[in-house]
Amino acid sequence: MDIDDEIAQAQAERQQKEEEMVALGGAQSGVFDTNLYTSNKFEGFDSSIAVDEEGDAGQDERAEGMARKLASYTAPKQILEDLPRGDVVEDDLGFKKPSRIADREDEYRKRRLARMISPARNDALAMGDKTPDVNVRTYADVMKERELENQRAMTMRSIEAQKEAQKQAEQQRSDAYDSSVPTRASGLQPQAAEPVAKPSGEKRRNRWDQGTGGEAEAEPAKKAKVMSQWADIPDATPKQSRWDATPTPGRIDGEATPARRNRWDETPTPGRLDGDATPGGVTPGGMTPTPGMTPGGVTPTPGATPRWDATPTGSMATPTPRKGRSRWDETPATVGSATPSHVEQTPGGMTPGLGATPVAGAAYTPGITPFGASAMETPTPGQIAGRVPMTPEQYNAMRWEREIEDRNRPLTDEDLDSMFPKEGYVILEPPQSYIPIRTPARRLLATPTPMGTPLYQMPEEDRQQTFDVPAQIEGLPEMKPEDMQYFGVLLKESEDEELSADEQKERKIMKLLLKVKNGTPPQRKSALRQLTDKARDFGAGPLFNQILPLLMSPTLEDQERHLLVKVIDRILYKLDELVRPYVHKILVVIEPLLIDEDYYARVEGREIISNLSKAAGLAVMIAAMRPDIDNVDEYVRNTTARAFSVVASALGIPSLLPFLKAVCQSKKSWQARHTGIKIIQQIAILMGCAVLPHLRSLVEIMEHGLVDENQKVRTICALSLAALAEAASPYGIESFDTVLKPLWRGISQHRGKVLAAFLKAIGFIIPLMDAMYASYYTREVMQRSLIREFQTHDEEMKKIVLKVVKQVVGTDGVEPDYVKTEVLPHFFQAFWVRRMALDRRNYRQLVETTVEIANKVGCAEIASRVVEDLKDESEPYRRMVMETIEKTIQNMGTGDIDPRLEELLIDGILYAFQEQTSDDSNVMLNGFGVVVNGLGIRTKPYLPQICGTIKFRLNNKSAKVRQQAADLISRVAVVMMTCQEEQLMGHLGVVLYEYLGEEYPEVLGSILGALKSIVNVIGMTKMTPPIKDLLPRLTPILKNRHEKVQENCIDLVGRIADRGAEFVPAREWMRICFELLELLKAHKKGIRRATVNTFGYIARAIGPQDVLATLLNNLKVQERQNRVCTTVAIAIVAETCSPFTVLPALMNEYRVPELNVQNGVLKSLSFLFEYIGEMGKDYIYAVTPLLEDALMDRDLVHRQTAAATVKHMALGVAGLGCEDALVHLMNFIWPNIFETSPHVINAVMEAIEGMRISVGPSAVLNYTLQGLFHPARKVREVYWKIYNSLYIGSQDGLVPAYPDIENEGMNTYKRYELELFI
Amino acid sequence: MQASDRFNINSQLEHLQAKYVGTGHADLNRFEWAVNIHRDSYASYVGHHGMLSYFALAENESIGRVRYNLMQKMLLPCSLPPEKDED
Repeated sequence: MDIDDEIAQAQAERQQKEEEMVALGGAQSGVFDTNLYTSNKFEGFDSSIAVDEEGDAGQDERAEGMARKLASYTAPKQILEDLPRGDVVEDDLGFKKPSRIADREDEYRKRRLARMISPARNDALAMGDKTPDVNVRTYADVMKERELENQRAMTMRSIEAQKEAQKQAEQQRSDAYDSSVPTRASGLQPQAAEPVAKPSGEKRRNRWDQGTGGEAEAEPAKKAKVMSQWADIPDATPKQSRWDATPTPGRIDGEATPARRNRWDETPTPGRLDGDATPGGVTPGGMTPTPGMTPGGVTPTPGATPRWDATPTGSMATPTPRKGRSRWDETPATVGSATPSHVEQTPGGMTPGLGATPVAGAAYTPGITPFGASAMETPTPGQIAGRVPMTPEQYNAMRWEREIEDRNRPLTDEDLDSMFPKEGYVILEPPQSYIPIRTPARRLLATPTPMGTPLYQMPEEDRQQTFDVPAQIEGLPEMKPEDMQYFGVLLKESEDEELSADEQKERKIMKLLLKVKNGTPPQRKSALRQLTDKARDFGAGPLFNQILPLLMSPTLEDQERHLLVKVIDRILYKLDELVRPYVHKILVVIEPLLIDEDYYARVEGREIISNLSKAAGLAVMIAAMRPDIDNVDEYVRNTTARAFSVVASALGIPSLLPFLKAVCQSKKSWQARHTGIKIIQQIAILMGCAVLPHLRSLVEIMEHGLVDENQKVRTICALSLAALAEAASPYGIESFDTVLKPLWRGISQHRGKVLAAFLKAIGFIIPLMDAMYASYYTREVMQRSLIREFQTHDEEMKKIVLKVVKQVVGTDGVEPDYVKTEVLPHFFQAFWVRRMALDRRNYRQLVETTVEIANKVGCAEIASRVVEDLKDESEPYRRMVMETIEKTIQNMGTGDIDPRLEELLIDGILYAFQEQTSDDSNVMLNGFGVVVNGLGIRTKPYLPQICGTIKFRLNNKSAKVRQQAADLISRVAVVMMTCQEEQLMGHLGVVLYEYLGEEYPEVLGSILGALKSIVNVIGMTKMTPPIKDLLPRLTPILKNRHEKVQENCIDLVGRIADRGAEFVPAREWMRICFELLELLKAHKKGIRRATVNTFGYIARAIGPQDVLATLLNNLKVQERQNRVCTTVAIAIVAETCSPFTVLPALMNEYRVPELNVQNGVLKSLSFLFEYIGEMGKDYIYAVTPLLEDALMDRDLVHRQTAAATVKHMALGVAGLGCEDALVHLMNFIWPNIFETSPHVINAVMEAIEGMRISVGPSAVLNYTLQGLFHPARKVREVYWKIYNSLYIGSQDGLVPAYPDIENEGMNTYKRYELELFI
Repeated sequence: MQASDRFNINSQLEHLQAKYVGTGHADLNRFEWAVNIHRDSYASYVGHHGMLSYFALAENESIGRVRYNLMQKMLLPCSLPPEKDED
């Protein structure tokens, strides 16, 4: 009895809560309905692509998104994004972690998951004259469906509009009537709740919507996020609730309900209902099947629908006590009765044993259950029923639940017997009224759904299912948990004989796909080949029915998608015309690739669609995509337009023109016109200048769009013209003649987005014009609107205006005077403001435009306007000014800068340089360098001031400042020389010398760099401090491990060794030699190269003997890189000091019985002969005995290196009469041709190639002829390989040397021409 | 063969060479090789004017005729291929 009371109490409480909630939360019930049907479900999304969209969407999507979010001055995030990070980013490019595609997709792209993989369609071409089967979807059917869908959407919109109007009217009335009564209060009266609460809810919602609505266009992402919090999920997934669901069970959790929802939804406490609001969204209306729309779908029995849809909605919408009994509270009996009804709903193909599982899967996520149910209603019920639609989370939940269940199982009689003493206790009969509560409601996790029977079930009933062990079948790759829903059926052991032929085929395909998706490369390769080879046997239907749902999986990763797309690509070739019925299906899956952010995905998508159109033909492609052209969903239209452009590029524009014309002139819907014009835009973007032959017809097709009644059509038309003009540039102005007038009229008629698009079009068309026209039209457009639009606050408009200005100003006919007088004042007033420097894209655009203007009007004009701003208080702004000045001076020089401006300029850059706090991109430094170098000798008066600043800043506390100062020295050193300020430089040298004790390696590196630049311009003799003091100071710095320090230091030391070695005693150089050996370990190639060169300089300065001794000793070290560098250094020493100074010692070293040393010597010889080239002819006889020995050595590496030496030698002395020695060496080389080690055989083959050059092909051919027809195939193969490279290298040279073959029967083999003799 | 060998030039060399007409392989027979040799020789004669004029002089033909003959001979330089033994 207690329990009943408790329940009653709990129910009452919950009911009260619900009522409160209804009142508080604004009557969700009302919201859902209107929401699904009447509100514009695409609000928050751009209904057309942004005006400034240049190429493919997504190229700059990220930056764009960030730019939009940027509402204030704090822009650090995206500046941080742009920080140059060296090579780090590129380094790990190849080892990207596998990333799920769905994770990085934005809301707009996620909409791909909402599309239906449409059932196969009729192949009209294959049918011939036959009437299509009633069950097959024909083109007419699809069009009819689309029509219905569109009409429905329209109706819903109009209803929404009506309601809106009504509501407003009502509200006005109620406001006037009694403004003191808060609408929320009305929710407290249960009976009146619905009618009154709804408007109040609507109102709130609207207000809320409007709140974001203002910014909605700017920040769709944010909005979408908030929307989903608002339990507004149906909005985000418009298609889900629709009845014609797709056969991708897995995607449910991917989109509508984030995974974490599941956790919350599962526990059946009353309070959860609010979290559970989602199912309410699927109102009966949403689920009501319109039978005509579900070909092949399973119609739910009447018993099923109300239970799944009506109940949750009802329990929330009308919180009356009568209906308060939600399904949470249902007793087992009820549940039991519900079970069959649910099972009825599942597709008929489901087996009883497995039946429990999909149901359980659905039951765990009540929030989305209706979706799940509808998602399971696929055209091919048999497949899905077989699969186990369980997400990993569900598996875990299930396992956990079973475990808990097991521990908390009811005690059996035996248990009780063992626990209690035998005596003193009586076993009572349970009362009649007692029903053991084993309702699922009491379970921790499970919802009281018809999961299994109400009776207790042994957990381990199904021994096949091992939950913790990753599922794996022999011979197949490992399955990830998320693969279970697609490949789970493979786990089911079953005899092949039991399965029908179709099922066997299906399993076969499934196995192959699993191998492709998860297998090792060899597995993948063979599976791919099998799929390709057997594609026609499998048939298009079974293949695509399995591949396409996989591609829609929300857990798909990039690599997997790539592989699956590859599968499609391959089987497309094989299937050819068989794909026709599946074209639309494939397009639905592939089209999203066209707007993927990954470039390669876009390319792949294009390739597939192009192959598809070649396989299916134009007619089929058009028939497949025609219904999507006027789809209400903008996403569908966008992707379709892109797909069409690919078709156009695959099959040629002319074949598509008639269709495009018809679409662009569609009277029925503006969407069709919009898409048609968009197709042209995409064609222009995709094909570039290849549109030129068809330019006129393309323009003619869409020119009427400029005066279309619909604003979106006008916009896209202007954008398409811009794209066409850009693609055609610099040709094709005559094709645009007809649109000039409407464009010009348009810019004075339109405002906002449309105007932006029109301006963009004009901006691209003007540069195509003749000078005269360009000048006229530029004036026109400036006067009419451009200058006015300078003042705009719209960011997009700003960017477009800047771009247009850049384009028109750069055009030939535009006069500098005109720009100066008419444009510049407005331009600077409007754009040169601090705010522009904060957004990266604005910044870049403004700098580019200003530089372009400067190219027209001259440097001084621009510099004088901005120079004052170098002292602006905003650093980003100063940086922008500096960059502009830098680029301008770089382009235009400083010829027209007068002394006054010069002063201001120097003053400004000094100020800007000193005030900089963070300059990662070196704008200030570069700017300073460019300005100073541009001014050249005119800098002289300012040099003392500049040097003073530098000196002062070298002493600064901040390391960054010191580094900048030192870097600046290296930039101005050349100018100081030009101004003959040697004394000043000497002074700076001394100062720098004093700072060589610097602790920060970055700064020290810069200081060394500065010293180097001074030494470079001032020369060794005049350098202060004198070289003999400077160098000993550098020796210890060589020990520094920092790369920047090493590089700058070795450069400086090398420079001194090269130019001023005599200033330093030989002993010091020897000391440096030892230090240099360490530098050979450096990671950076530049450092190692500089080091090796320095060895050469030092050897030249102090003679090779000592250096050589050091280097030869170094050959004994273990480290390979070190030895290799040493050998190079030896070769360089030999080159700089003539080989004869080095060879004796080197050859002597070969006698050391140590592998490394001998190889080192051989390698040195190899480099040496490579460097000295034809000088080698004097030494070839000297080293031949050594090489003989090496070529006969047992060690492979000996022979390999010796072969490389012979190659270099042979190439060096070709034609210099050393054939005797070379032939001798070749006799040693030749036996090595059968080596199998790749390096050795490579070296040997190259040596033989070298011989071909130096001793001639005939000689080598004679060696080769011995084995061409050898009885052993292995021998023949090697010889033919040599013959082939000989033949390719000197085909003509072989002609005289070919053997004389005797005639044989009727075949003449003799070459009689060669026997002619005069 | 190691995994790394698969990607070096050596492994691809034969494949690369096989793309050219006139290269041989281990199963080439005398006739095929001779055909290649003859065609190469004719091409070489035609390419070197000195050779052409020498032949013309020796055969007492015009240079053009000699060139024409040589090019005609390239069709079947060693007449028809011998019957293949089936054993």
